[in-house]
Amino acid sequence: MLLYATLFVVLVVGGTALLSWPLGRYMKWAMDPADPSSGLAGWQTRAFRAVGGPLTAPDQDWKRYMVAMLAFNGVMFTITFALLALQQHLPLNPDGKQALEGSLIFNTAASFTSNTNLQHYSGEVSLSYLSQLGGLMWLQFVSAATGIAALAALARGLAGRPLGNFFIDVQRACFLVLLPLAFALAILLVLGGVPMTFDGSAIATTLEGVQQTIARGPVAAFVAIKQLGTNGGGFFGPNSTHPLENPTFWTNIVQMIAIVLVPMACVWMFGRIIGRMRHAGVIFAVMLAFLAVKITGAVYFESAPTQAFAHLPIDQAVGNLEGKEMRFGPASGPLWSVLTTSTSNGSVGAMHDSLNPLTGLMPMVGMWLNATFGGVGVGMINMFLYIILGVFIAGMMIGRTPDYLGWRVESREVKLAVFALLAHGLFILGGTALFAATPWGVDTLANAGPHGFSEILYEFSSASANNGSGFEGLGDNTAPWNIATGIIMLLARFIPILLPLAIVGSLSSKRRSAESGGTLSVEGGVFATMLAATILVVGALTFFPAATLGPIAEHVTYMN
Amino acid sequence: MHSLLASIRIAAATLLICVAGYTTAVWAVARAFAPDAAKGSLITAGDGTIIGSRQVAQAFTRPGYVWPRPSAVDYNAAGAGGSNTSPTSPDLAVRGREIADRYGATPQTPLPADLAAASGAGLDPHISEAGALYQAARVAAARGVEPARVEALIRSAAVAPGGLPTRERIVNVLELNLALDKL
Repeated sequence: MLLYATLFVVLVVGGTALLSWPLGRYMKWAMDPADPSSGLAGWQTRAFRAVGGPLTAPDQDWKRYMVAMLAFNGVMFTITFALLALQQHLPLNPDGKQALEGSLIFNTAASFTSNTNLQHYSGEVSLSYLSQLGGLMWLQFVSAATGIAALAALARGLAGRPLGNFFIDVQRACFLVLLPLAFALAILLVLGGVPMTFDGSAIATTLEGVQQTIARGPVAAFVAIKQLGTNGGGFFGPNSTHPLENPTFWTNIVQMIAIVLVPMACVWMFGRIIGRMRHAGVIFAVMLAFLAVKITGAVYFESAPTQAFAHLPIDQAVGNLEGKEMRFGPASGPLWSVLTTSTSNGSVGAMHDSLNPLTGLMPMVGMWLNATFGGVGVGMINMFLYIILGVFIAGMMIGRTPDYLGWRVESREVKLAVFALLAHGLFILGGTALFAATPWGVDTLANAGPHGFSEILYEFSSASANNGSGFEGLGDNTAPWNIATGIIMLLARFIPILLPLAIVGSLSSKRRSAESGGTLSVEGGVFATMLAATILVVGALTFFPAATLGPIAEHVTYMN
Repeated sequence: MHSLLASIRIAAATLLICVAGYTTAVWAVARAFAPDAAKGSLITAGDGTIIGSRQVAQAFTRPGYVWPRPSAVDYNAAGAGGSNTSPTSPDLAVRGREIADRYGATPQTPLPADLAAASGAGLDPHISEAGALYQAARVAAARGVEPARVEALIRSAAVAPGGLPTRERIVNVLELNLALDKL
């Protein structure tokens, strides 16, 4: 049992880490070609300029880059809002899905624009095929592309070059990186048995003579980009636990690889653009170490049986099976729960609400740190914030002016980084406090006691980390939940992209000095330790009290 | 203003290529190479009526059929979902007790846990081989056949997830029940 679980985890995570290396190389070529004006890259650049128009020609400074990104994201939000609001009048609606409620439309459009994919609706119940594909799946491509573009710009800035042009970058990410990967994955899923049809629901008469309506649809195309773009929004309500969304052991493996593949490759792409692969290797190792700790914890805690069945004549040798599928094997549920929250994916392969209390803490830790690989592009950007803070603290400790890659880190940059990091804690803890104290949250709980508190804490963590998974017992399709999480998702998406770009703008206005022996090397074990400690201290100090009230209280009260 | 215009042009291009083009391409490949799975892996009877999907659990309550795992949504394949109860929840203990009683489980013959724990989507088409064998005596009695024949059928239907040599073998309930009807 333990051997199989270990082997399973090592093969999935290790295999993906190996795959991320060539992908990172490819992503550097696609996002930041050495010579963007000649050869194949030149042909691509000309095509992207033709699509985007005159504004795609000049390099943008960080403010222009930001304006371009916000304009594009505004258009994304608006188009999807309109599609969702009008779905009952539009085509590709074979099952006659009806109008959606206003705050739910806002929440859903905000959720998919911000790459979160928190779902307060259930896909097969509420959405037409056009809403799913033209609205949500489209955002799964372009919101992920926004993240990759932002990381490329940040890395170019740190390399001392112009940031580039957002309108070109977003097309590079969308067409050259995400589209081919998604197509390849969708084909694998189709061959693995995931449906891909525009027919409406099938009506079956079961062997016992009961009618069963089986929802289906263009699932494979949707699921592929959902996993690759750290989106995570499922075609069906219960996401990748649904047998038509994830039918076999092998589709499950492939989907888990897809969850963490691009976030891993983003670290290598970052390293290649700044020209410091050893530094990227150190960052990758720190991320991997955090991932390994969380996975070990989750798999271990989930091997404990379902506590509620403890005094019943039930044989629980395999651990807690509530909310899990038989076809994936026992270690899949906890592994997936960590992968999907370490990256900001948020798809689920087991019901997180039904995980054992301390297993459920691991996904929360993933979302609180939000940088142990993290979302496509933005995970590495979050890590950049921790790096700025880390080198600043290290600089104070050794009494030298801190610098990063030769850029002097001063109070302005540190203030911006701290503000971005603290905003995350403020959104989660402030929101949780408000909803735990009012009927807005209390009346929507499915479980009593500390687990109920965990449901609220998880929902705000998920919104602020742009994750999208949930303790789904929570009755979250209410106006207060829709509006509060909708606003938080948007703020928590754009603050940690804009402030890092501002930091790079501020850094690159200074004169770059050569890195000397007197400053902290960013390529060694000392830096890795410093970075890990910064992540741990910021994460632990901010969130430990809340964890104590939720999962830890539940564990010590009920598990024995 | 110019930014908006550029954004709209790129939005149109991505909609055209990443939504229309991509979806059509995946759909065409599915239709060509996996036409059965593409439509939901449906099983039809001789007269063409749909019995169900081999990937989706359906309700079985008669003693002559092997029963699937419990479903928090009563096997609603148009609105799937899990129980979302905490493993420490008293509600779950009540449900576990009811199910253990229904199967007549005793401390000497404990019920395999998968038959008491609801799956994530409430549509898990599989149960463990142990869970199927646990029901063999009841099924055989209801059908008036030798228990050994039912057990042999279950063992031949059991597969390891992913075809790997793991110990937890599973059985597709609908396919097993179809085979039972042919005994």
